Amino acid sequence: MAVAVHDAPTQTHADVTRDVVATLAPATKGYYLLLFGAVGLFLIGAITLLLIVKEGLGLAGYQPPVFWSVFITTFVFWVGIGHAGTLISAILYLFRSPWRTAVYRATEAMTVFAVMTAALFPIIHIGRQWIFYWLLPYPNQRYLWPNFKSPLMWDVFAIGTYFTVSTSFLIFGLIPDVAAVRDKATGWRKTVYSLLSLNWQGTDNQWRHYSRAYLYLAALAAPLVLSVHSVVSWDFASSLIPGWHGTIFAPYFVAGAIYSGVGMVFTLLIPLRKYLKLEHMITDYHFDNMAKLTLFTGTILFYAYGMEYFVAWYSGNTFEQTTFFRRAFGPGWWAGWSMIIPNAFLSQLLWFRKIRTNLTSLFVISIFINIGMWFERYVIIQSLANDYVPYAWDQMNPTWADWGILAGSFGWFGMWFLLFAKNFPVVAIQEIKEFIPMPRKRAGGHH
Amino acid sequence: MAKATPGVLASFEHIDAACDTIRALREKGHRKLTVYYSHPNHELEEACGHATSPVRLFTLIGGLTGTTAAFAMQIWMNRDWPLLVGGKPIVAIPAFVVIGFELTVLIGSLATLFGTFLLSVGMRNKGVIYDGRFSDDRIGVFVPAGGAEAAGVEKMLREAGAVEVKHAAA
Repeated sequence: MAVAVHDAPTQTHADVTRDVVATLAPATKGYYLLLFGAVGLFLIGAITLLLIVKEGLGLAGYQPPVFWSVFITTFVFWVGIGHAGTLISAILYLFRSPWRTAVYRATEAMTVFAVMTAALFPIIHIGRQWIFYWLLPYPNQRYLWPNFKSPLMWDVFAIGTYFTVSTSFLIFGLIPDVAAVRDKATGWRKTVYSLLSLNWQGTDNQWRHYSRAYLYLAALAAPLVLSVHSVVSWDFASSLIPGWHGTIFAPYFVAGAIYSGVGMVFTLLIPLRKYLKLEHMITDYHFDNMAKLTLFTGTILFYAYGMEYFVAWYSGNTFEQTTFFRRAFGPGWWAGWSMIIPNAFLSQLLWFRKIRTNLTSLFVISIFINIGMWFERYVIIQSLANDYVPYAWDQMNPTWADWGILAGSFGWFGMWFLLFAKNFPVVAIQEIKEFIPMPRKRAGGHH
Repeated sequence: MAKATPGVLASFEHIDAACDTIRALREKGHRKLTVYYSHPNHELEEACGHATSPVRLFTLIGGLTGTTAAFAMQIWMNRDWPLLVGGKPIVAIPAFVVIGFELTVLIGSLATLFGTFLLSVGMRNKGVIYDGRFSDDRIGVFVPAGGAEAAGVEKMLREAGAVEVKHAAA
C-alpha cells in the first residue's frame, strides 16, 4: 500500500509565515455572505429565545412525558463535536503524531465554539435563564447547596472545566502565532495583535517555560476527552429509563463524540482550506488520517448499536426490548434509521482508500455523519417517551421553537468559527515550523 | 518603557551557526544572553543550557489543590445541608470523584497558565532589542556588552556567520 508522505519540508519557515499570514487578508464577498447567513440564523435563535422567555418553555414542545427533547439532543450534539478537537490537539500531541500539526488549531477552535454553543442549552432549558448561577455552589440566603450526587451537577463542573481548559489551551497555543502575525502586520492591526500577543518575543526563557507548560496543559486536557462525554452519558445512564440504564453508555458516548467531531472537522476544513488556499499545508495525508479515525470510532459505534440490541434481548426485560423494537419499527422509526444508517453503515465506506482521499466523498459523508449523530441523540432522548408505565407513553413533539433554537445554535457556532478563521491563524505557524528543518551551514546535519 | 540594555544583537539564518555561537559565548562567560526563535527547538534549547522549567511545580501544586478543594467542598457542603439522595450516605465519596477530577484539571491548568505568565511574561528581559524577523525565519542572539567589549563581540558574531549585527546603546 502506498504511504502518504508528509509534504512539509518542501517549504521554508518564511513560506509558512507568509502563507498563513496571507489567510488574514481582507475577506471576500463570499465570506461576508456566509457570515451574514450565520448571524441571520443566530438572530432567529435569539428571537425564539426571547419569545420563550416571554411565553414560557411550553412554546418548545415541553409536555409530559418528555420535558426537554430537541434542546438536550442539541446540547449533547454540540458537546460531542468538541471532543474531536481536544483529541487531535491534546492526545495526539502527547503521542507526537505528525499529522496533527496542520489541523489542530482549526479543530481546537471548533472545540471551543462547540462547547460555547452547547453550554447555552442547559441555560435555555432552565426557563429562568437569569438565575442560571444557582447551579454554582455559592453561599446564599437560602442556606442551600447544590446536590453533588446528581450527574447534572457533575455536568456543570465537567462542561465548565472543559470550556475553561480548552479555551486556555487554544489561546495559549495562539500566543507565539499572534506574535508572528504582529510582526508582519501594519497600522491598527499591528496594535491589536501586539496587545493580543502579550509581548511575546520568543526568547529562550519564554520558550523554556512555554514548551513545558504546553506539555502539562496537553496532559491535563487529554483525560477531558474521555471524561466530559462520560459525564454527559451518566446524565442518562444513572437513571432507570429503559434504553438509558446501560453500563455501555460512557465509552459509547465518547466514541460517538469523536466520530461526530471528526465529521464536523471535515465539514468545516474541506471548504476552509480551499478558501484560505492552504491546500499545500492541509493535504490528503491529513484527511486520510482523520478518515481513519472516523472509521475507527464509527466501527465502535456499530458495535455499540449492535450490543445495545443484544443486551435488550438478552436482558429478558420487556420494557427494554420494547424500547429497542420501537426505535427501529415504532412511530419514530425514521429517526432510528437516520441514526443507524449513516453512523454504523456509511462510516464503513471509509475502509476504501479511494473514498478516504476523495474530498467530495468525504464532505458528503461528513454531512451524513452530522445528521446521523444528531439523530442518535434524538433517538436516545426519545426513550423518555416510553418508560415503565405504558399509560403515560407518548411521543416527542418538537415545535417551531425547538427548530428555531437549533437553527440559532448553528448560526452562533458558524459566526464564531468564521470570525476566528479570518482573524487568527487557523494553521499553527510555530508547530509547522517545528517539522521543517532550519537551514544549516555545514552539510549533513545534526540528527 | 524600560531603559535599554546596551549590547549587540546578531541575527542568524543557519541553526548550526547559531547553536555554536551560543555555546562559544557561554564558554567565554556571557551568561545573560537572550536568544530569539520562532518555534520550539530542541537544538537551541540544548545550546542555551537551561535547567527544566519550574512551571511543573505550579501544575503539581495547582492540581493537588484542586483535588483537595473539590473533596473538602463537597464533604463540607453535604454535611452543612444533609440531604438524603438515592439511599446514599450523606458523605458519598464515589459520587464526589467526578467533581474531584474536574477541579484537579481546572485548577491545575489555571495554575500552569499563571505560572507561565509569571515566569516568562512577568520576568522577561525588559529593554532588550528585538527584530520582527525572529518570529519568521531568523534566530536572534543578544549579547549584553558595552563600549570596547561590544566591538569584540561584534567581530566574533560576524565571524560565526551572523547575517546582520545591530548595536543597542544605553
